[in-house]
This record gives sequence, C-alpha cells and structure tokens, in this order.
Amino acid sequence: MNDQLKTDPSKPAQRMRAGSMTLTLGPWIVAAIALLVMPYIFTSNSALTIMNQMWITVVFALAYNMLLGQGGMLSFGHAVYMGLGGFFCMHLMNYIEDFGLAFPLPLLPLFGGLFGMGFAMIIGSFSTSGAGTRFAMISLGVGELIAACSVIIVAFFGGEEGISGDRTYGLPFFGVEFLKQIEVYYLISFWLMLSAVLMYLFSRTPVGRMANAVRDNPERAQFLGYSARWVRFYSFCASGFFCGIAGGLFAISYEILTEENLNATSSGVILLVTFLGGVGFFFGPIIGAIAFTLLQTVLSLQTELWAIYVGGLFLATVMFFPGGLAGLMMMHVPALRLGKAGGLVMPYIKTLIPGAIGVLGVCALIEMTFHFRHAAKGDHEMTLFWTTFDSHTVMPWLIAGIVAAVGLGVARATAPAMKEAWDEANTAGGAS
Amino acid sequence: MSTAALELTGLKKSFGKAEIIRGIDLSIGKAERHAIIGPNGAGKSTLFNLITARFPPSAGTVKLHGEDLAGLEPYQINRKGLSRSFQITNIFPKMTVFENVRCALLWSQGYKYSFWNLVNRSRALTEGAEAILEQINLLERRDLPAGTLSYAEQRALEIGITIAGGADVIMLDEPTAGMSHSETDYITDLIMKVTEGKTLIMVEHDMGVVFGLADRISVLVYGEIIATGKPEDVRADPKVQEAYLGAALEAEH
Amino acid sequence: MELILVNVIDGLVTGLLLFMLSAGLTLIFSMMGVLNFAHASFYMLGAYFAYQISLALGFWVGLLIAPLIVGVMGAGVERYGLRRVHQYGHVPELIFTFGLALLIEELVQFVWGKNQMAYDIPDILNFTAFSIAGNSIPAYKIFMIFISVGIFMGLLYVLTKTRVGMIIQAALSYPRTVEALGHNVPLIFMGVFGVGTALAGVAGVIAGPVLGTFPGMAFVLGSIVFVTIVIGGLGSLWGALVASLLIGWITTFAKSYNIAMSDILNGIGIATPENLSDNMFRDLWTVTSPQIADILPYILMVLILIFRPAGLFGKRES
Repeated sequence: MNDQLKTDPSKPAQRMRAGSMTLTLGPWIVAAIALLVMPYIFTSNSALTIMNQMWITVVFALAYNMLLGQGGMLSFGHAVYMGLGGFFCMHLMNYIEDFGLAFPLPLLPLFGGLFGMGFAMIIGSFSTSGAGTRFAMISLGVGELIAACSVIIVAFFGGEEGISGDRTYGLPFFGVEFLKQIEVYYLISFWLMLSAVLMYLFSRTPVGRMANAVRDNPERAQFLGYSARWVRFYSFCASGFFCGIAGGLFAISYEILTEENLNATSSGVILLVTFLGGVGFFFGPIIGAIAFTLLQTVLSLQTELWAIYVGGLFLATVMFFPGGLAGLMMMHVPALRLGKAGGLVMPYIKTLIPGAIGVLGVCALIEMTFHFRHAAKGDHEMTLFWTTFDSHTVMPWLIAGIVAAVGLGVARATAPAMKEAWDEANTAGGAS
Repeated sequence: MSTAALELTGLKKSFGKAEIIRGIDLSIGKAERHAIIGPNGAGKSTLFNLITARFPPSAGTVKLHGEDLAGLEPYQINRKGLSRSFQITNIFPKMTVFENVRCALLWSQGYKYSFWNLVNRSRALTEGAEAILEQINLLERRDLPAGTLSYAEQRALEIGITIAGGADVIMLDEPTAGMSHSETDYITDLIMKVTEGKTLIMVEHDMGVVFGLADRISVLVYGEIIATGKPEDVRADPKVQEAYLGAALEAEH
Repeated sequence: MELILVNVIDGLVTGLLLFMLSAGLTLIFSMMGVLNFAHASFYMLGAYFAYQISLALGFWVGLLIAPLIVGVMGAGVERYGLRRVHQYGHVPELIFTFGLALLIEELVQFVWGKNQMAYDIPDILNFTAFSIAGNSIPAYKIFMIFISVGIFMGLLYVLTKTRVGMIIQAALSYPRTVEALGHNVPLIFMGVFGVGTALAGVAGVIAGPVLGTFPGMAFVLGSIVFVTIVIGGLGSLWGALVASLLIGWITTFAKSYNIAMSDILNGIGIATPENLSDNMFRDLWTVTSPQIADILPYILMVLILIFRPAGLFGKRES
C-alpha cells in the first residue's frame, strides 16, 4: 500500500494531471481578458447590445447543457426557468423603485437564480425520476403551461405586454448607476465569468461527475450507491439556478420581459444553440451561443431568409457532426498531437473553399427564387452580394447556377483526397 | 453461530404465471467464495436481481449481515456493503477508465451528493482509483474512454468498479462469459486477488473457474437449489448429475 | 341538451382529426422509439400540397395525391435523415426531428409566404347537413368524421388481419428475428414512416379548409399531438384513439361552457374576497374555462405522467 502513496513525477498519469491544471487555468484568463477588452475593439452601441445578448445566451446555454450534455436530460421547456428568474428580478426592480429600497443592482441576478432554482426544485421533484421521453414530455408540458399562464395571470406576468422596469433606481454601486450600456456590459460580463467558472467547477464535483455517470448508465450508477433520481434532481436545480441568473441579466439588460421569454420558441432556440455548439464539451455551448447570436444578428440584417439557413445548418450539424462545432474542433486534437495537422491545410483549402463558394451559389439561387416569388409586382431589381441586377432575366440565374454547380462539383471531386489526408493525419507513425 | 453475510429464506419470484424462483433458502458465510451453477434458464440471473433489488421478490426475505433488505432501493443496498457486476458488460462507456473507477469510489469515500468538493483535489480519490487500476492492470488505459477497451478489459474494468466501493459482499454475474481461455485465466486470477477476505457470490458457467475459485457451490435447477456443498461433494451428488445430464438431453431434442 | 349534442359532434371532429395525426405518430414511436417532432409539419405539408393541387385539379384530386406526396417525403426523411442519425442515439434523433419541424415551417413560408391560403371547403360539401335546435351542422364535419373513421377501420384491418400487418407488428417487437426470417426490416420501417406521415397528410388535407392553411398550423397542433399519445400511452393505437377523443371533447366543452373559477370556488364554499382588485390571486379568481381550454391537455398530461407514467393504455415506461 505504501508504495502507491508515494508521488512519482515520472509517472505519466501524474504528469498529465500537473499539465491539466495549467491547461484549465489558461482559457479562463484568456476569456476574462477578452471580456474586458472587447468593448474597446467593438465600440459602437449596437455592438455592445449584441455582445450583451451573446453573453446572456452563453450563460443560458451553459446552464442548459448542464442538463443536456452532462446529465443526458432533454428539456423542451427550459426557457421557463430563465423567464421566471427574469420576471422575478423585474418585480424586484420595480419594488426597489417603488419603495426606494437600498439595493445594489449587481446583486439582482443572484435573486433571479434563487427563484429559478426554487421553481426547478418544485418541477424537478417529480420530473427527474426518469431521463428519457418522460422527462422531455413533462418539461414540454410544464413549459406550455407556464407560457399559457403568462397571458392569464396578469398580476405576475403582465399579460400580453409583459412587465417592464427601470434598472437605474438601485443603490449606486461604487458610483455606477448603470445608465450607460457599457456599465451594463461589465455587469453582465462579471456574472458570465462567475457563472461559467461555477458551472465548470460544478462539473468537477462528485455530484457533477455522477451526473455524467447517470447519463451514461443510470442503472450502474444505482449499484455504486447513488440514486439516479437524486443526481438528476441536483443537476436540474443547479441548471435552474444558472438559468435564473441568465434571466436576471436579461431583465437588467432589456428592462422588459414578456411571454416571449417563456414560450416554446425560446426553449427551442436554446436547444438549437447548445446543440450547434456541441453538447459533449464544456465550452461547446459558449461557441454555439456566440455563433448563433452572430448568425441571428448579422445574417438577419442581410436576408429575410436567415432562419432557413440556420435551420439547414442545424439539420446538417445533427446529421453529420453530432458533436457540434466543439466536436468538430476537438476532432483535430489527435492530428495536432501527432504533429500532422499541417498536412490538412492544403486539402482543406482545396475542398472547403470551393464548397463554401458552391453553397453561396445555392444561397443566391434561393434568394433569387424568393425575390422572384414574393417581391412586389414590378419590382424586378434585387441586390445580392453587393451587386444589383434584375431577377427576371436569365443571366443572374445562369451565373448563380454555374457557381453553385462548379463549386460543389470541385468540392466533391477533391473530397476523397481530403478524406485520405484526414486518415493520414490521424495515423500515428509512417511518413509525415 | 455468527450471522451469515447473506441469508436467503423462502425467496420466490413469479412473472405472471411463470414461477422462476421457487423458494430458495441459502446462507453464505463471511469471507466465503460461493458459486451458483445450473443449466440455462434455471433462474441464476433472476436470483441475482432479486438479491440486489433490481426486481422485488414475490415472497421471502434477503438478509445482509442479518439485516432485512426488503423495500430498499439498489443504491441503498449498495451503501450497506453489497456490490454486483452484470452479465452484460455494464460500465460508463463515454467516460474514461479512470473516471469509471473514481465514480465507484465516491460514495464509499463519503462524498455523497456534495457540490462543494472538487474531485480532482482529492488525493485519496485519485490514489484510490489508481490503486484499483493497478490491481486490474488497466493503469496504462487510464485516460481512454471505457467504451474503446477490449472485451476482456471491459470485464476487468467492471470487476474493478464492483470492488472499488469497498463492499464486503461481491456478486459477480458470469464474469468470464464469452472469453477465450487465456482471458478466462486472467480474470480468474484477478477475481482471486481482489476478493481476498471478502464474501464472493458468483454465477458462472465455466466449471474450471467454479472449481478453482469456490469454497462452496449451489446448484440451481428450475428455480430451486438441489444441492449445496463443497465442490467435491456437489460433483459427486447424483441429483446434480441427473439435472445436468437431463438438461443436456432435453437440449438435444 | 341540444347544445351538448352539438358539442359532442364538434369534439368528435376535433378528436378524430387529432387521432389521424396521433395514430401515425404512435406507430412511428413504437417502431423507432423516438417521438417525431416533425409529424405535425407533415400535416401542414398535406394541407399546402392539397391547396396547390386543388387550384389546378380540384379538391378531390388533392385529397388523393397530396397524402401520397407527403408519404413519399416522409419515407425519404426516414431513409436519408433519421436512419443516419439513428446511430448517434435517441436524443440526436429527437433533436433531428425538432430541427426538421423548424426547417419545414421556414420552407413553407419561403414557398407560400406568411399569409393564410384561400383553401376552402369544396362546393359539393358546402351545405348544412342537419340542424340541432338552430345550430347547423355543416356537411363537411360529417365528411371529416367519415374519412377519419374509415381510416381507423382500414388501419386496424391492415394491422390485425393482413400478412403485412402481422409482419409490421412482429417487426416492431422483434426486429432482429423478423430480419432473420428474410424480411427487409429497414424497408418496413421506411414504409411505416411513410404511411404514418401520409396519414398526417390526409389530416392536413381535410383540416386545412376548416382550421386554416397557414405556416403556424403545424406549431398549433404539433405539441398537442405529442400530448395525446403520451396521455394515451406511447405506442398504443387504442390509447391514441381514446386520448384524442378525450382531448377533443375536453377542449370543446371547456370552450363552449363559460365556467369561471370564482363559480367553482364559491360552489365548494370559498367566498370571493372583497377587494378582488388588490388581491394577489385576483387572476386566479377571474380565470374562465375558455381561457384555459387550450392548456387543459397539458395539465392532463403532466398529471398522468406523475401518477401513471405509462399513460392510459401504455405498457411500458418510456
């Protein structure tokens, strides 16, 4: 026994552990610096708004993934926990305003979190006894119920118009009154950092580890002394807590909450975001939230049809890369470890760039079809990719068609070579 | 007489009209290695599932160290010091080998459902898990996903998970099923090593393993124990001979 | 009394319509073990295709051809989408159908726009069949009842009396064995998926003219269909029928009888508080049954899942 207790730095296992400590601290520092610096790079007000939305979505998506990715529980009504936390914070904010309560605004999300957790405890007490269809259906049912209640129970949800408030009545926090967007940005960033670190640490606690075990094999977990139900319950409450925090941040940032924050669409969006980013890795939802918010805000400015593209992207992700964007990135780790990732660059350029051009061609065809069908009578002129042309003439169709066909054709022709390069890059040894 | 490690009295189980376990009385002493054998369909796995509360019994009691287990959930029974493996490999395939073992250690080291401890910080957990991995010779596979191990390695891992919690009654359901000769020998040695000083109850088909490991053997046929005793005695028992030959003859028809 | 009869007929129409969707969904569930979120989207496609066809060839041709197209599309989704995702497990499958539902809604908006289509009841059925105490019952409702009952009978006959039905039933429970017996199980699965979606298509064709043909129609019905088969018990055809009718009647009656919560509470002996407008629970007191009619099925489902997780007729728990 004694020899096992000695630490031997030459043992590979312990070297890995020492390495992993520095590895885990690095990204957090980078993220914190990025959060601090971002407003100096993107200074416009709209950029700040987009970033605020992005960080709130990140908190929400990470909280959602505590269930989906780490606990294996698919929830269809998770907007409820964020929404309720938000509504509660909104009421608190109005209470502060009405009664002149001395309350620092930055603490508000904490109360949203507690409220979200409280509600999760009620629902979780009966929904977490199973993980599969039963859990999903209860979450759907509860979600629909609360969303419907929001129109009926006007006192709490404010009916159709929702409830709104004013964040600036809180106690000034070191002189900051949160009048300016940038102040709100740092408040949100602070909570994002705090929540993300806490959620990461949660996944490293005994109950967080057992959540993984219960996800993989609930029965085996039972025979290790853990009740699968309680493990799920704790994950569920923790997720509810962080969703509530996201709700509180939403309340601070937008100063209004409506039925939209509770309904099935919002619940669906967060599922989409999380899955797009990748449920298998802790940082997946972060990437998903950033990518989705960018797609939503930037793409929706460019085209009415953005939802089609996002839907298509989502389906393609489920079908071809179930690991999501994070999975796609992590796929390259073995090649990097083997030092052969360089061999992938050229094949990628040869296949993916023509492929992307081809996809753009297809998009052009879709846009033109849409314009052709739905534009006002006599409006033949449309602008696409910085060119204005007549959508009722043959030429643009021909060009878009050729671009699409050639791009996709080249991609298809070079795909086998890419596959070969991929296999080569992931095989140890051999000529490199 | 000291209390038996595991005592079954009048244990019965029916599924609908079919009576699978038809009244079993069995007492297994502390630190005894007990094997349960019998022809296919005799109810061996059902018996295991009854003891570990995977199914509720129709009648009878199961006592662990003299304590009645009626109405307890599997996880509660596990906490009382009874651990089992499964006939079909039952591990956490997406988690690493190390994580598999570490999860098995959590409860016994008193972590319960805590969310204020970090598992990486605990030297006792890490070293405990590594000690188990060393015992089952999987230290080199430490960071691989458990699902990628070979079949024999997965079985070894399952035994590791089963013993990791420090339970003093270990139940193994066909630990060598589907293995080659060399793999069987390897697993047999492993079982011998890791169950030292513990009560072992195993279902097994491979008679070599049974006679090599067991202190006592029970023969289960059609839901009843027809013989219990030392390996030599059981081998010589005419009822056992008949049951096995009979079943063999029936299978031919 | 007469009003009750009218409501019974209305509830029956709603219930049978639900059943046409839930029958296919529950069959698909027992086959793949996965709830098809996009099922109601196929219902919507049925309505749109029928509308498009009816413009050129009339309602009846639409009724025949639109479900066929929908069925072929459904089979295609199974063959080229679901079968691929199946290897990743149940959650990705569920997510796939969820994404598909979103995409189909967007595509419908892309092709037909956001407005409701002028898809109407055919003239030949546009008359009053009979009246009950001044409430006229349109012939189209009777037609809907006949079509749905006919389909249910046909389905029951095929599943229980024909060889194909036997093979399907066997394939649902023992896919490996049936495959070993020389039947092409993937083809059977594809076929069942196709037929299930085609049924949803039929429902769309006949419901489009009454409930409206618009891009949100799948969303409106989608989760209710889910609720139906969960209440009825996943995988149970009879359960789907009973639950559909139950939901049809519950919602119809709740909508037509205006029962206020305050009446119920007064009835069981709780007096209305005096300053209702200041009371925290004021909204609870003023709730009326038409207001909550649409969420009653969800309440029912949550209750059933808590107290009888297998559903009314279900044999297994998820």
